[in-house]
Amino acid sequence: MSAPGRTSPGFGRSGFSMGARFLLLAVACIALMLLDRRDQHLQRVRQALDLVVYPVRVAVDLPFSTWHSMRDTFAERDALIAENRQFRTERLETEGRLQRLEGLERENQRLRELLDSTARVNRRALVAEILSVDLDPYRQRFELNRGLVDDVYIGQALIDAKGVVGQIVRVGPLTSEALLITDADHALPVSVNRNDLRTIAVGTGDSGRLRLPYLTNNANIVVGDLLISSGLGGVFPAGYPVGRVIEVTLRPEQAFAEVLAEPSSSLDRDREVLLVWDSSEAAPQAADAKPEPATRVAEAH
Amino acid sequence: MAAKRQWWASMLSLVATLALVAVPLPHSVAPLRPDWVAVVLLYWSLMAPRHFSLLTAFWMGIALDTLSGALLGQNALALLVVVYLAEKFYLRLRVFPLSQLAITVFLLLGLYEFILFWIDGMAGRTVPLVERWVPPLTGTLVWVALYMMFDRRERSAPARL
Repeated sequence: MSAPGRTSPGFGRSGFSMGARFLLLAVACIALMLLDRRDQHLQRVRQALDLVVYPVRVAVDLPFSTWHSMRDTFAERDALIAENRQFRTERLETEGRLQRLEGLERENQRLRELLDSTARVNRRALVAEILSVDLDPYRQRFELNRGLVDDVYIGQALIDAKGVVGQIVRVGPLTSEALLITDADHALPVSVNRNDLRTIAVGTGDSGRLRLPYLTNNANIVVGDLLISSGLGGVFPAGYPVGRVIEVTLRPEQAFAEVLAEPSSSLDRDREVLLVWDSSEAAPQAADAKPEPATRVAEAH
Repeated sequence: MAAKRQWWASMLSLVATLALVAVPLPHSVAPLRPDWVAVVLLYWSLMAPRHFSLLTAFWMGIALDTLSGALLGQNALALLVVVYLAEKFYLRLRVFPLSQLAITVFLLLGLYEFILFWIDGMAGRTVPLVERWVPPLTGTLVWVALYMMFDRRERSAPARL
């Protein structure tokens, strides 16, 4: 299997036979995989490679983002006015709620001081745009247009207007990759808003479903219960809505009931999400804080 | 000269393929997405072997891994194996009629998916198995389409063993 007499460019530069070359490259692949699996070894390499494929990502996203901006540009005047009016009323309502919230926050802080417990702090947030780029079809992930240059770190939480969206699992120089809470590899600690019952919400791989596999048959949970992030595990800030219970099936023959929930955030319709910084710790050092046992994500990388 | 031009054409097809991999599809169609890179590499290695070194397959795999956030080397290894087999048995495959060629391509693409799945399993990633056989099927269809579209031109191309 030596190189043929008439070689074309790209082949036959070295004296190795094809079999030897195959073996060499295959060993290189396996070595790369082993190194990559042991978490952070190849981070620099991956970041460099990320830069190389960045043009491809942008090129793929371009038609979609152009379409969005074109649609905004040529939108009907009436539609814009209506939208504007709607936003104005929404803003008024939100501001009203915010005033009440500020009062509550101050009260909460006072009470916490009385109780001597740590006060919750304001969080820094940044809007990130989702690139219209498809990753592995078997996983619920997407690519964001924020990366190391914006201080994004691994394990950072993502939310949208309605609730928790996911967390960052890989950071490149200009882009980063987020894992949705509905990915089959994702688990997040939640509590039931009504009675503070704590459990874990596991992704199903379907963007409209979460599973609560660790609730016993006699657990106090009913259809319609709101699940909020409990803050345990340290990845997600506490108190954000995660989903609503839509189905409770008791299974007397088994230890656990089957409980399904629907995520509150519009996971497959979002175009923009919010990156949240935990201001109680500096961003860089959070990078080596492994996502907790509750989130089995880190192991996959 | 013609060989050079063909090489450029094939390189261009590879870059375009990478873009194709990342184009978002609606949810209902997404599982049908063929493994574009594997299909195109297989097309070139069966139609005009020796145009790419195995190194090209390797780099394409690395680019694919980076793009899709897979384990670095996962797609690279799978592509290497498939392209190596295709190039090694090219002379024997070349005499096959289209139907048998298509079956071979299907098997090779199946092997590609299987290696990916296998590595996913070893790395402890949860990946559903059910829809895994669909991309090789659609990939074979794309391959046959490519064959029917371009083969006549390829036959007259000088760069052949």
